[in-house]
Amino acid sequence: MTMVLNPILLMTFFPLVGAAVILFFKSEQKSAIRWTALITSLVTFGLSLWVLAAYGRQDVGIHRLWFRIAGLPIHFHMAVDGLNILMVLLTTFLTPLAVLSTWKAVEERVKGFMIFFLLLEVGMLGVFLALDLVLFYIFWEFTLIPMYFLIGLWGGERRIYAAVKFFLFTMAGSVIMLLAILYLGWNAKTFDLPALLAARDSFAAAQIPLFAAFALAFAIKVPMWPLHTWLPDAHVEAPTAGSVILAGVLLKMGAYGFLRFNLLLFPQASLQLAPWMAGLAVIGILYGAAVAYTQKDVKKLVAYSSVSHLGFVMLGIFALNAEGLSGAILQMVNHGLSTGALFLMVGFLYERRHTRLMESFGGLWKSVPVLAALALIVSLSSMGLPGLNGFVGEFTILTGAFGSAALGSPWFAGLSTLGVILAAVYLLHMMEKVFLGPITHAENRSLPDLSPRELAVILPLLVVIFWIGLYPKPFFGLIEPGVAQILAAVQSAALALH
Amino acid sequence: MTLNDLITILPLAFLAAWGVLLLLVDLWIPANRKGLTAILAAGGLAVTLGLTLARGQHSLEAFNGMVSVDGFAVFLDVIFLGSGLAGIALAYDYLKRTHIERGEYYSLLLFTVAGMMLMTYANDLVIVFLALELLSLPLYVMAGFARLQLLSEEAALKYFLMGAFSSTFVLYGVALIFGATARTDLPGVVAAVQGGTANPVFFLVGAAMLLVGFGFKSAVMPFHMWAPDVYQGSPSSVTAFMTVGAKAAGFAALLRVFVVAFQSISADMTPILWALAALTMFGGNILAIAQSNIKRMLAYASIAQSGYMLMAFVPYGQGAVLKDTIAAMLFFLVTYSLATLGAWAVVIALEKEENKDLEIADYAGLGRKYPWLGAAMTVFMLSFTGMPLTLGFWGKFYLFSTAVEGGFTGLALVGLLTSLISAYYYLRVVVYMFMKPGEPTLTQDPWIQLTALVSAFLVVALSLFPGPLLDYASAALMLLR
Repeated sequence: MTMVLNPILLMTFFPLVGAAVILFFKSEQKSAIRWTALITSLVTFGLSLWVLAAYGRQDVGIHRLWFRIAGLPIHFHMAVDGLNILMVLLTTFLTPLAVLSTWKAVEERVKGFMIFFLLLEVGMLGVFLALDLVLFYIFWEFTLIPMYFLIGLWGGERRIYAAVKFFLFTMAGSVIMLLAILYLGWNAKTFDLPALLAARDSFAAAQIPLFAAFALAFAIKVPMWPLHTWLPDAHVEAPTAGSVILAGVLLKMGAYGFLRFNLLLFPQASLQLAPWMAGLAVIGILYGAAVAYTQKDVKKLVAYSSVSHLGFVMLGIFALNAEGLSGAILQMVNHGLSTGALFLMVGFLYERRHTRLMESFGGLWKSVPVLAALALIVSLSSMGLPGLNGFVGEFTILTGAFGSAALGSPWFAGLSTLGVILAAVYLLHMMEKVFLGPITHAENRSLPDLSPRELAVILPLLVVIFWIGLYPKPFFGLIEPGVAQILAAVQSAALALH
Repeated sequence: MTLNDLITILPLAFLAAWGVLLLLVDLWIPANRKGLTAILAAGGLAVTLGLTLARGQHSLEAFNGMVSVDGFAVFLDVIFLGSGLAGIALAYDYLKRTHIERGEYYSLLLFTVAGMMLMTYANDLVIVFLALELLSLPLYVMAGFARLQLLSEEAALKYFLMGAFSSTFVLYGVALIFGATARTDLPGVVAAVQGGTANPVFFLVGAAMLLVGFGFKSAVMPFHMWAPDVYQGSPSSVTAFMTVGAKAAGFAALLRVFVVAFQSISADMTPILWALAALTMFGGNILAIAQSNIKRMLAYASIAQSGYMLMAFVPYGQGAVLKDTIAAMLFFLVTYSLATLGAWAVVIALEKEENKDLEIADYAGLGRKYPWLGAAMTVFMLSFTGMPLTLGFWGKFYLFSTAVEGGFTGLALVGLLTSLISAYYYLRVVVYMFMKPGEPTLTQDPWIQLTALVSAFLVVALSLFPGPLLDYASAALMLLR
């Protein structure tokens, strides 16, 4: 397949075309800028469907030498497989929805906003698709820059603090990861992932510290307790579309990193450290849920619920069996959809009332019934009601964790089920405070219900939420080869350990 | 002097002669048309650049081996000549604006560049010292070019005193090495050490003296104390040129002397270099956080960058790593020079008379009012930090990777952690430019803006295709010995 017609390459870099076009508009042509961004992201979504159609064909990736540095080759290697196909689709699916959600919310400097947003999409797609460690690192670090500006320029009151904190926290993890990447490169004489996997023996002695170096970067991004403190700040200050992408995709980059790099490169260390990682995950589940319950700000509540939900993902990953892993990957998608939708709902409320405090709402069901009903569905999906997407993911994860040989104890799963209950508690608590009861504030009486544009933002999410909840099989089918690859690595490592 | 000698040093000889001529010609150029002097000086540099590039990377020796021109020298000369050209582009409008325009500026700049070039040619410790003085003396004058301004006078005096002090260290080091080996030419020194006729104690002390002397020149901690005051007090166009050229020249001399002549004492030197590099990286970056003046912040940042460059020296005794070490150093110098010249161009564009608009807080609103210049400054800040999609990322990547290759993972860790620290103060500039309200005004001089934008473009574009530059850097060192 030629360079130009490579679907992966076209999809990843197509947003750059849109960003370049936007550069030529005047700042006042807001509507043209918005439409260009929307169309660009929709075309990118279309291109990702092309990638999906080409998925499984051998020649669809791109793999060529970029250049050599100190004799070490750096490859431009991007490919799609079971581990990243859903992440790619999630990214291209959420981006146009997030763009559409900014129509009214972002009025100032629309041009810059859309350029950064499209750049961010390129970075995220690159992170998921890159199979050379250095190329991955470049995309990984690059995503920081547009997100930093999105929070710092279009965020709330404490946006500068939140943006700098976000940047420094993430960078702190990634510099350590870069050291591990350099160490791997010099030991295996390559940065290319398939070649590194073949040369696992060359760095077998340092598996544990290498695992720790990668894990630190990814755990900050996920975020795992106790490295989560940047997340509530970033979420609360970020503009709605930024929060959607932050929760929907950027956090998944951390979990994806564990799957792609930690488990595949260091399967022995993964097995040895699995109970510790799962322990942190369980603490995250319970802690996130407990803190979410105490929040007065709806957005902060959703932010802490992310800490809890990502705990489930991490638990599934370190169950290190087929159920746990496939449940974790599906739950990554689910969380992107449900939490993305929740952030959108919070954004809709904020655009109407310019506050996010629960006490300012109450009884909204009477004034905005459509918004309220949709918010209920999204909350139910987030807390894992059967028939909706969250249930499928969490149930599979808990099954996996319960029978996991790597964890060696059913207690991890047992404690985590408490998290499911707590999720119901804090989400229903929020529903009650915001939507039920009498209307306590006069301003809430005459709020406009969802506009067609807002429905267009939220309905696609609901369709997929129901789809995964009712018929998850095709999604599991896409994941399967990736899970099989990890399981093979883990099983051979288990044999070597015993 | 034979014809061969002259041909070998032709670019340097041309530049020095051009500088002298310019000094004379300038007398007939009226005071209100000094732009002509600037153009003539730039033309001289351009011709020298052409002569340098035309000779390619093959080695030549001249003056009985006292001077050798090789790929290493040519690579560095291109950097020096480039920084000289940028120094003129940044100076022309700036000098006029701040009422310190004099034709001598350009001649002095040419002499300094000639000194830097001679430094790269030096194959003899006496030539090293000669070059050091040739590049330093005009710089002392340039630092005080805004005389009558206290800060500039202080800078010149401080630079002169500390510079003279450090020169004595170099000279004493040369004397001790001569005492130990009875030779001053580098091959002779090596032969004496290998033949066992050298006095090991004098030799080691002499080498340490050289390290201290050049440590002063290149602002390596703890020999950096002069740098912040001098960088802040000198006219900004001089500082821009000085932070790139003088620093690179110091490292060039140090690198050649260490790699060629001091291989035998690498076991003693490596721990010292390790400690100096770590100290400079930590100290420079931490002190930079506390600065509120942009010139001072960039000064400390440039000290920190010396630490990264010094990192390349640490494994110099390992034959297998040496090749990558030198290439990494040269490559890093390019990344550093581009970003530094660009950043100073932005500083100069904003600076007003009497040192106004030099606080970081004065950058508030720059990004909104002048998005392109703000974007360029952001590129430079990110490049200094070492973020991907800027050349600075590959510069640090290469340096750290050679440190890991040489087995100094701990030092690479120090480099990475201090990069994290540096992100804080580099980002602060970005925060002010884009996230705080303000109404800054800029000079509309096209040369200054061109320098900033071209540097920013190169920093980004070369980061996408660093292959040719990397190849050029690794080809440059083959001819070192």
